[in-house]
Amino acid sequence: MALLANWVTSAMTWMVLGIALALPVFLYLVLLNIVALSGDFDGNPRISIYLQQDATASETEQALRLVRDHPDTQEVKLITPDEALADFQARSGFGDVLNSLERNPLPPVIELAPRNTEPYALRQRIVEIEAQPFVDLVVVDLAWIERLFAFVSFGERVAWALTLILSLGVLLVVGNTIRLAIESRRTEIEVVKLVGGTDNFVRRPFLYLGFWYGLGGAITAWILVQTCLQFLAGPVELIAQSYQDDYSLQGLSVMNSIGLCLAGSALGILGAAFAVSKHLHTFSAAMVAEG
Amino acid sequence: MHCLATVLIRFDNVSKRYPGGKEALSRVSFEIDSGEMVFLTGHSGAGKSTLMKLIIVMERASQGQVFVHGLNVNRIAEKQIPPLRRDIGVVFQNHQLLFDRTVFDNVALPLIIAGFQHREVGRRVRAALSKVGLTDKERVLPIALSGGEQQRVGIARAVVNRPQLLLADEPTGNLDPGLSAEIMKLFHQFNQVGVTVMIATHDLELVSRLKKRELQLHEGRLVNHE
Repeated sequence: MALLANWVTSAMTWMVLGIALALPVFLYLVLLNIVALSGDFDGNPRISIYLQQDATASETEQALRLVRDHPDTQEVKLITPDEALADFQARSGFGDVLNSLERNPLPPVIELAPRNTEPYALRQRIVEIEAQPFVDLVVVDLAWIERLFAFVSFGERVAWALTLILSLGVLLVVGNTIRLAIESRRTEIEVVKLVGGTDNFVRRPFLYLGFWYGLGGAITAWILVQTCLQFLAGPVELIAQSYQDDYSLQGLSVMNSIGLCLAGSALGILGAAFAVSKHLHTFSAAMVAEG
Repeated sequence: MHCLATVLIRFDNVSKRYPGGKEALSRVSFEIDSGEMVFLTGHSGAGKSTLMKLIIVMERASQGQVFVHGLNVNRIAEKQIPPLRRDIGVVFQNHQLLFDRTVFDNVALPLIIAGFQHREVGRRVRAALSKVGLTDKERVLPIALSGGEQQRVGIARAVVNRPQLLLADEPTGNLDPGLSAEIMKLFHQFNQVGVTVMIATHDLELVSRLKKRELQLHEGRLVNHE
């Protein structure tokens, strides 16, 4: 059946399916990249203890000893104000501004890696440390990471919900297009049935059509996603570089691309199967004039 | 008494009522032997088309039994209908040709459905076309053919699969007498090589000329019995 002879309809269907499939794929890639970026932080939470800004060297030394001697302490690291300033200058690009300041505004920081990383134990430890007189501020990366992962989980849920809804959309679009194809071949189907064609014989070309629509949609989606990635890759790399990071945007792997094509084809065949089972039975090959 | 082994079609007290109350067939009983040629006559609306529809299970009888090849077609499942139809050639008045395909493709359709190979399809299509005298019209689209030629394409398609039974509903309906006679001669030829032929027509002159068995329908009832 030369059903793909109508290029315009086919192209439009591929576009619609391509957009529907591209959206969840794109969201998936965004999440993938976020997770990859946050992978720079290891799972181990660190407690940053900001001492009073005017802490003397001996006070700092004393604080450090107290923290180090604590049984729960696994690793301790001191960042002096000078070290902090140098690091800040190197990373932030505010170097010129900082040079014009009279004195170093940054406090000493003790970076603590606790042994017990259970949330309750951590909270206990934090309360303990905050109670110390020379401590100004206690910052825990954990909350930040927990929040990030919470957002990522949420994002994943959204992606799944979107995938489900849009897959349904794909099924409906393919189903409707196939329904129209069936309607337009009505006479032919009736003749085939009259001459003894089985239901499978009639069904098969429409299933193939569904397959091609699904595959075409998947390929269109792939092209759309790749185009968007190309569009974003440049700025993302610039941003990464400004953070001293050589991160580059992760795209669709070969496996993912193949998976996309398979999913598209499967949805296409499924949509076609629904349309066929619903609309083929309304045909009864009754064309004979009453005589 | 007909020998059971050669009875091709048997109607046993068959009635067909359509929703709306009209009784198209009423208590029709008859037998047709393999190899017979039978004319189905009666006025318009007498039930000729309905009777043929029951044979190819386009409709099912409201009452009674219809047997084709000994098979009770009233009871068969949907799945069993296609094989039955593949062995019955049908020619209807409105041709049922596919206008976006060539004559060749139209005639080849039953062979494609039956799964014949490309070369065999070509052989049989050309044989059928030569039988109806349309060999040179192979690549033509039906729209470019006359009414009589379109009818002949329909006949070619009906016989291309060498069916055992040929049903024709008003095959000469819109043809001139000369052409009608030619078409009838074709059917007679098919019958002579062993095909069972049933022709519904209200052209009584043709019927009387061929002197074959006649089943006469009047308002759904069989008027004469053999």
